[in-house]
Amino acid sequence: MSLPLSGSQTVGPYFSIGLLPLCTEEVACGAQGEAIIVEGHLLDGEGVPVPDGFLEIWQADGSGQYISGKPASSVGEAVGFGRIKTGPDGGFRFKTIKPGAVPYDAERLQAPHLVVLVFMRGLLRNLVTRLYFPEEPSNLTDPILQLVPGERRSTLIAQAGSKPGTLHWDIVMQQQEANAKPETVFFAW
Amino acid sequence: MLETETRSPQIRPEDPPGSQPDYCYPPYASSVLRAPSQPLVVLPHTLSERTGPVFGHGLLQPNDNDLTAQHAGQPLGERMLVHGRVLDEDGRPVRSALVEVWQANAAGRYLHKVDQHDAPLDPNFSGAGRVITDDQGRYQFRTIKPGAYPWGNHYNAWRPQHIHFSLFGAGILSRLVTQMYFPSDPLHALDPIFNSITDPRARERLIARFDIEKTEPAFALAYEFNIVLRGTNDTPFEEGKR
Repeated sequence: MSLPLSGSQTVGPYFSIGLLPLCTEEVACGAQGEAIIVEGHLLDGEGVPVPDGFLEIWQADGSGQYISGKPASSVGEAVGFGRIKTGPDGGFRFKTIKPGAVPYDAERLQAPHLVVLVFMRGLLRNLVTRLYFPEEPSNLTDPILQLVPGERRSTLIAQAGSKPGTLHWDIVMQQQEANAKPETVFFAW
Repeated sequence: MLETETRSPQIRPEDPPGSQPDYCYPPYASSVLRAPSQPLVVLPHTLSERTGPVFGHGLLQPNDNDLTAQHAGQPLGERMLVHGRVLDEDGRPVRSALVEVWQANAAGRYLHKVDQHDAPLDPNFSGAGRVITDDQGRYQFRTIKPGAYPWGNHYNAWRPQHIHFSLFGAGILSRLVTQMYFPSDPLHALDPIFNSITDPRARERLIARFDIEKTEPAFALAYEFNIVLRGTNDTPFEEGKR
């Protein structure tokens, strides 16, 4: 039996009415590891900040394991999950830990990464991207990054932020002009 | 439970044409600058994609599943029961799935500072609910029928009556945000968001079914709305069979 998937529709401008309870800045929920703060902006095709969007993060813990089985009674117990709304300036910020390497298949590992889902008014179906870490040698052999055209890979790798322990990563929905910020790589899933 | 298995990543087949909206759908003006222009990179589903958060009943507050009982008085509007099942592509129930819903009040006004529509707020209606599916993937909540409301997409644009749904399934890529519509709404044909799904059969699946069997006599109409989420491919399919 194969049922057709339900069609996606935009979250619209009023999503916070229903989705605010799971919004959080704390993704790691106490899991041990190298603490990081990720900051950036969500930008549209004209470089205009998107104030009515949100991200969802899903990531492994510091040892590379996904904590998926124990039902969370609050978003504060959902280890590795976070929903982060953009602010009036299109900015987002969250605290987490750098995840460990997770398996790709029985032989290979993936470089540490966060799965990032993007939702906003105007977006009819959520997008999926990944955040990778700077100065991470395993990025060079990551099986998913290798699928991305070389000149676009840098859009998936965060940059060191202005303060220690911070990373900067913008999400650019669309690139219209050749000299504009490059469009973030999104995945078909 | 720690997820550690290392099944080989698989590529999902593409969705049938028209069954999901294109990112850029110019009749919906806001989609134009918020849609990627570059081709999407096909993502094999690894452990990162097949796992996802799981939420328990401890998350829920009393009356999260009864939007008519969240305030001192009853909201205005036509009371209704919305129920249905959440299934995966293989027809299996999606158990313990968190369903988040939000909607306008009966006058077509959202309790949100951005909503400037000149229709009254209802002090007895917030318009937000949450439920978790049972072992058969069933959910239900009680609410009032939302009103249609105007929006700025084009001259005399009105959204059909709808309820927003957000669902978590077996893995993070099972995530779905959609909207439930009502039967026989004359605004369907005029709504660019609804029509961004170009296959009429796929649009039809977003329209709830009026359900006289579940309608509560002398109390509330019932509507059935079933949802199908992407599965996690627990039973690997053979090449070419889908």
